[in-house]
Parts: sequence; C-alpha cells; structure tokens
Amino acid sequence: MEQHRSHIYGVMAEFDTPEQLVHAVEKARAAGYHRMDAYTPFPVEGVAHALGLKRNNVPLITLLGGLAGGLGGFYLQYWVNVSSFPENIGGRPLNSWPAFIPVTFEMTVLGAALCAVFGMLALNRLPQPHHPVFNVKRFVHATSDRFYLCIEARDPKFHLMETLRFLQGLQPHHVSEVTDA
Amino acid sequence: MSAGQPPLDSPEIRRLTPVLGPGHTFGSVTDKISSIVLTRRTSFGWYVGFALSFGFTGLMTIAIGWLVTKGVGIWGINIPIGWGFAIVNFVWWIGIGHAGTLISAILFLLNQKWRTSINRFAEAMTLFAVACAGIFPLIHTGRPWMAFYMFPYPSTMGLWPQFRSPLIWDVFAVSTYATVSALFWFVGLIPDLATLRDHATTKTKQVIYGMLALGWRGSVRHWHRYQSAYLLLAGLATPLVLSVHTVVSFDFAIAIVPGWHTTIFPPYFVAGAIYSGFAMVLSIAIPLRKAYGLEDFITMRHLDNMAKVMLATGLIVAYGYFFEFFLSLYSGNKFDVFLVQQRVHGPYRHFYFALILCNILLPQTLWSYKLRHNVAFLFVMSLIVNTGMWLERFVIVVISLTRDFTPSAWGRYQPTFWDWATFTGTIGFFVMLLFLFVRVLPAISIAEMRELVAETSEE
Repeated sequence: MEQHRSHIYGVMAEFDTPEQLVHAVEKARAAGYHRMDAYTPFPVEGVAHALGLKRNNVPLITLLGGLAGGLGGFYLQYWVNVSSFPENIGGRPLNSWPAFIPVTFEMTVLGAALCAVFGMLALNRLPQPHHPVFNVKRFVHATSDRFYLCIEARDPKFHLMETLRFLQGLQPHHVSEVTDA
Repeated sequence: MSAGQPPLDSPEIRRLTPVLGPGHTFGSVTDKISSIVLTRRTSFGWYVGFALSFGFTGLMTIAIGWLVTKGVGIWGINIPIGWGFAIVNFVWWIGIGHAGTLISAILFLLNQKWRTSINRFAEAMTLFAVACAGIFPLIHTGRPWMAFYMFPYPSTMGLWPQFRSPLIWDVFAVSTYATVSALFWFVGLIPDLATLRDHATTKTKQVIYGMLALGWRGSVRHWHRYQSAYLLLAGLATPLVLSVHTVVSFDFAIAIVPGWHTTIFPPYFVAGAIYSGFAMVLSIAIPLRKAYGLEDFITMRHLDNMAKVMLATGLIVAYGYFFEFFLSLYSGNKFDVFLVQQRVHGPYRHFYFALILCNILLPQTLWSYKLRHNVAFLFVMSLIVNTGMWLERFVIVVISLTRDFTPSAWGRYQPTFWDWATFTGTIGFFVMLLFLFVRVLPAISIAEMRELVAETSEE
C-alpha cells in the first residue's frame, strides 16, 4: 500500500444530490477524516459548514484594500493641491477637502473591489492550470450536475482500500481513485 | 380570485408566474444554456443581425477617423453650445449601464431570486454601454491621444488634474465603474467558463474556455471565498452605481448655468439612469428569449417585474421634472423662470413635448396588467422610454446652453451628419458586442440557475 501513496492523490465519491453530499461529508468527518474537499456545481448550503470551514480572509483583504484606496486617493489630492502644485483659486483653502470626497470614495471602492477579486483568486490559488481531480474522467460533471467528495491521501487516516470501502458505504453513484500524475 | 386575493408572494402566485419554468434539473439548465454557445448552429438571423450591426460599427469607425482627421468642427457644436451630442450620448449610454449593476448588485443584496436569469446579460449590457459611453468624452476632447492628461501621473510639466472639478470626478467615477463592472461580470463568469470547458466540443474551445476559467474546479473551499467576494462586490457596486450618475449629474449641477444648477439633479439622474437601463434590458431580453427559446428562464414574471421597475422609476423621473419646473418658478430667479419658459415655448419645445410624452404619459399604460403581459407592447414601450431618456439629456444639455444669461450669448444647435453617424454607430457597436456575447459566452448564469433549481425544488 505504501508505494501507492506517492501517486495516489485521494479517493473520490460521486453523488447525485447536494443532500447526499452533505450527509457524506458529515459521515466522513465523524469517521475521523480531515483532509478532504467537496466539489459542487454551485455553492451548496451546508457543505462548507459540514467541512468545518469557518470565516475566510476575503473580507479582511477587501477592507484593507478599501482603506488603502481611500487613504491613498485622498492623500494624492491633498499632496497635489497643498504641496506639489499649490494654487490659490478664489482664496479657497488649498486643502478643499469636501471637493476631494468623490475621488476618495471612488478610489475606496476601486481598491476594495480589486482586493476582493484578486484576494479571492490568490487565496484559492487560482489560476491553477492543473489539479489531480481533473484526472478523473467523470469529474467533468462537477461543473454540471454531480457532487463530489474527495478524501485526500495526505489524511493520516487514509488507507486506499479502507477509504474506498468507506466511501462505497455511503451509497455514492460512483467511486474512483484520483491519481497524482 | 374575486373572493380574497392571495398575498402577493404566496405559493399560489408563484406557481402561476414562476421565475423558472417547471421540470428543470441541474443537468437540463446546464445543457440548455451551454448548448447555445457550444453546439447550436449559428442561425441565419444571427449573421444578418451581426452584419448589420457590424456595418454600423464601421460607420462609427469612419466617423471617429474623420473626427480625428478634421477635428470637432465636423460636429454641430459651437460657442455657446460646446457640449452637443457627445455629452447627450455619454449621459444616455452611462445611464443605460446602471440597470445591469442594479440587477446584479442591488437585487442580489435584496435577495430577489428573479434576478438570476437576467443578471448576466444585464451586466454584459452594462459593460458594453459603458464602453460606448466612454467613447464620447474621449473623442469630445478633440485630441483623444492626449486623454491620459486627465489621469494624475507625474508629468515632466509638473501639472496635475484639477481635483476640484466635477469633470475629473467623472473620470474617476466612470473608470472605477467600468473596472468594477468588468470584475463583477468576470467573477460571475468563472464557474460558467469551467462548465463550458468541461462541455467543450472541440479542443480549441476547451483550451480557450479552460484558460479563462482559471482552473476552477468547484471546490467547496473555493466557493466559500467566492461567495464572500461576490457578496462584497455586490455591496461595493451598490453605492458605486449610485455615485456614478450622481457624479455625472454634478457635471451639470455644479455649473451655474440656468436649468443645471439644481440640487434635485443627483437623485433624479440616478432614477432616470435606472429607468432607461431597465428599458434597455427589456429591449434585449425580449428578442433574446424569443430567438433562443429561453421563455422558461426569462419568464413573464421577469418581464412583468422589469415593467414595474420602469413604471416606478418613471414616476420618480416625472417627480423630478415637476420639481425642476416648480423650483424654477418658485425661486423667482428670472433666468431660471425664463429657461423653463424656453423649454415649453422655445425653439426646442418639440423635443420637450416628445420627452414628456415618451417618459411620462405613454409609460402610464404599464399600470395595466394586460399590457404588462403583452410582450410586443412591452418591447415597443421599452424603445419609447429609451428614446424619451435620450430626449431628456438633449433637452437638459442643449436648451440650457442655447439660452444663457445674456441674449448676445444665445445660439442654436444643429447636429450634423457626423453627429448622427457617431451616435448610430455606437448603437451598432453596442448591438454587435451583444451579438458576439450571446454567441461565445453563456447569456444566463448557469451556476446560479442550478442554485435556483435547488431552491425551487425544495418548495
């Protein structure tokens, strides 16, 4: 079994409905598996919870991006008008901050939105051209109408035959080995 | 129904006017929507439509080429009417874009399930409309290759943009809006691009969609962050879309020109933007559902809801017209009073009356349930509202500029052939982009439709 581990990524079970998947994830967690992931064609309520996923860092990154955009946008205008190119227009103060609000607002939104999207992609490690799960022929249904649970080989409890048997016990549509290469 | 109507959101009503036709599964929505892009043969009508719109895009290119060669003198603008068609069309196009963001962001936050099947092409419409809008101020500068002067960059001249000017606010608002709309659209597309990759019929399609899908595999860990990002984008796009037309209205309201210098402009511009945008969504949705047999996905419920939004925003716009009128008279400012008289009695009164007819009087027919459910009527009405909103911008821009403070500064404005060529050209460009879009990308969000299938099957 040991030499198999080097090129086995994990074992994957295919389910017909989201409910079956949630149930399977709960069972797998109860059986002591931790290193696993589920694959769904749309965000299924309850799977993230069943997998034990809690908060993620996208909101924090977005907040920081918004703050950087807003502060940077305001400071740019302040610096331009007060120190780089001071102009006396009708005796108004150089730091006419109310006039700087629209650009500050737009830069806040821009910074936050860029960070939300690229932060999400970076945390998800996308773009990623290849991943072992794509080696499973049937996995094309993951973007259509099937729901997958993959228990990964790096799980300390993983044992090819036993894990296969365990997944088969969950009444999946199909079970397949996921190879690394 | 006579004895005790059921409440508006009761299961009974939902069954009668569903957001999704009956009998659909995860697989069937996937196949139906992706087949439009992947397997369906390109119809003859598509080629005709594409060729026609491509022709108008060519006209636009020629008009812009001639403009670059000769300068803005080929247009009807003059002193005092420096703003003409370029600004009318800019405001019109950018307003149209607003409905896409409203549908994708605001209705998403309000948890309106009916938005699902119309948000994708409405967002595409936003992007294309913003692209058309962006052309106008760019070429209105006369030297579009110098447009980068509007952005703050450390130049050797030591000059900076004037940040106290609403025109610079506009540069930031519109470019941010274009960027965020594109991001929002692309993030929504990622799971669908993965679907197209996995259903691709040829290697080329598989590779192209595969690259665009960024290797999306539907991992729940990914969805978890994806949903956070999508929700945040919706939250960010909501104030953004309201700010964009507010800033556009500042271009007018901050000036002291009679008819422009009024505080009602920001809210009434935003309402007008949504009004024209929903009209444009209807103008696109009705032929689209017909041509591709999408009546199950874009149901009468959608058309009905959009007509209602049009009616509501149209009434806000009517309120805006009324108060513009009333405040001018009530202010006692003779220039403002004179301008209002000019709208009704001046040389452009026909535009004003046509505007009232298209934007206020005719849309009142949408109170009728029967007419809201008459698809052909809705289509015609959406075109009327779009015309009306264009007239509104014409009235605002041209009448105020032709009737300034001193009679010696008064003038007339007459659009030339090149004005019309540029304007109709951008319409052709917009339609051409839509034709390309429905051919190469899923016009309806497949992933969200699956979610809708899951939700409606629970009921």
